[in-house]
Amino acid sequence: MKKEGKIQVWQDYQKEIADDHYFYVRSCIRQNFFPGSEQTFLKILRKELGKDIYENPHHTSCSGIGYHSDIVPFDTIQTIVARQFALMTEAGYQNIAVSCITSFGIYNEIIETWKEYPAELEKVRNFLKKATGREFEVPQNVAHASDIVYKFREDIATHGKFRLINHKTGKPLKVVEHIGCHYSKMFPCKGVGGAEFPYVLAGMIEAWGGEVIDYPERRHCCGFGFRQYLIMSNRGYSVSNSRKKFESMEPYKPDFIVSNCPGCPMFLDRWQYVIEEMEGKTFGPDGQGIPVLTYEEMAGLVLGYNPWDMGMQMHQTNVEPLLDKMGIQYDPELKYANKEGKQIGHPTMVRCGC
Amino acid sequence: MKDFGYTVIKQRTIDYDQFDGRLLNEVLQMEPSFKVCLSCGGCTATCSANDLVSFNVRRMNLLLRRGETVELESEIKKCMLCGKCMLVCPRGINIRNVIMLIKKSILKYNPVKS
Repeated sequence: MKKEGKIQVWQDYQKEIADDHYFYVRSCIRQNFFPGSEQTFLKILRKELGKDIYENPHHTSCSGIGYHSDIVPFDTIQTIVARQFALMTEAGYQNIAVSCITSFGIYNEIIETWKEYPAELEKVRNFLKKATGREFEVPQNVAHASDIVYKFREDIATHGKFRLINHKTGKPLKVVEHIGCHYSKMFPCKGVGGAEFPYVLAGMIEAWGGEVIDYPERRHCCGFGFRQYLIMSNRGYSVSNSRKKFESMEPYKPDFIVSNCPGCPMFLDRWQYVIEEMEGKTFGPDGQGIPVLTYEEMAGLVLGYNPWDMGMQMHQTNVEPLLDKMGIQYDPELKYANKEGKQIGHPTMVRCGC
Repeated sequence: MKDFGYTVIKQRTIDYDQFDGRLLNEVLQMEPSFKVCLSCGGCTATCSANDLVSFNVRRMNLLLRRGETVELESEIKKCMLCGKCMLVCPRGINIRNVIMLIKKSILKYNPVKS
């Protein structure tokens, strides 16, 4: 394809990302799975980039998992989301920054519903007014938190102390990027690069010196799928999807996986341990797993943040091989220490690659 | 190995690079009417054997076209050759002949069983 044609096509896959003044909504499950990631995002925006980002402790779960599991009705989730927007409006913000991919999809689905069916919007305004006395405005800009990191990736690279480069060989680290399905598969125009060419994570990796691996199952779902996981006997579907991806990426010898979703890094991380226990199979070199990072952790490592302060000891697949490749100094003794440096005990759960 | 209460499910992908179409081609050559099957399922709905065992003519068709000859061999043993399926087939396919041809040739193309 001619370059002019590529530019024309690519224009269809751009999205507008607000420049400043964000109302931040956290994810309910990320705070358990990767508890330091959201704090790292806030630190990067406030301290490194000098942006205004506000969060209100009264905001709740968007109830997206319940909605996708057929437990929460659409009217209910619309009203819950309307309440989040009311908190944003009351705080004087118009741009919403969403931590979770599920929530991001929910917010977009509901806003699009209101555009198509204005009567729904009026109904929800009425519900919220009756239930809480609150009123709200629809956000002018909805960005996923990874969109914002993507937008400022060059600034982060400028502030960075490390690059995604193997400090011993000088070669770029090979990175598997995994985009959450609800980021752009539901509404392609809402994601950077659309559903076919999502560039949000690839852009960060390239800007910070890494090499993106293009492997056959790159766009395959991680297998979370809500109902697939919620009932234990169904979890075989979930682990089988992840296994398919691991098998596909293994020949390319990735140094790590990065994702922008709450569920994907959780499952790509934990399932490696489960597969090792079930089948004795690991997908990294020397019986190790492939470390799985959130994009905030990746940005934090580039900026030289302490991996233990970012909660990377919560990963079930050890991250130390990656830290060693990047030349990041860390104290193994402090991996399980509290803020005062006192040991809090090692986890009883065995880890992948141990 | 630990038991977590669920297992990794084996992939069901049909690899067409490995696909053995010899049995299918032979059946289609000997009984060309089978080419026009539209998988309506009328044969399965009227099947006498289907009342008694889990025999499914449409499934047999699918197994043949996927080259899954091991499963096909055990499936086809359930047919009683009554021919009721031929009475309802909207395309007039000689289904009994299809089954007889498969029975005759399957051992030739099923190395596992033979």
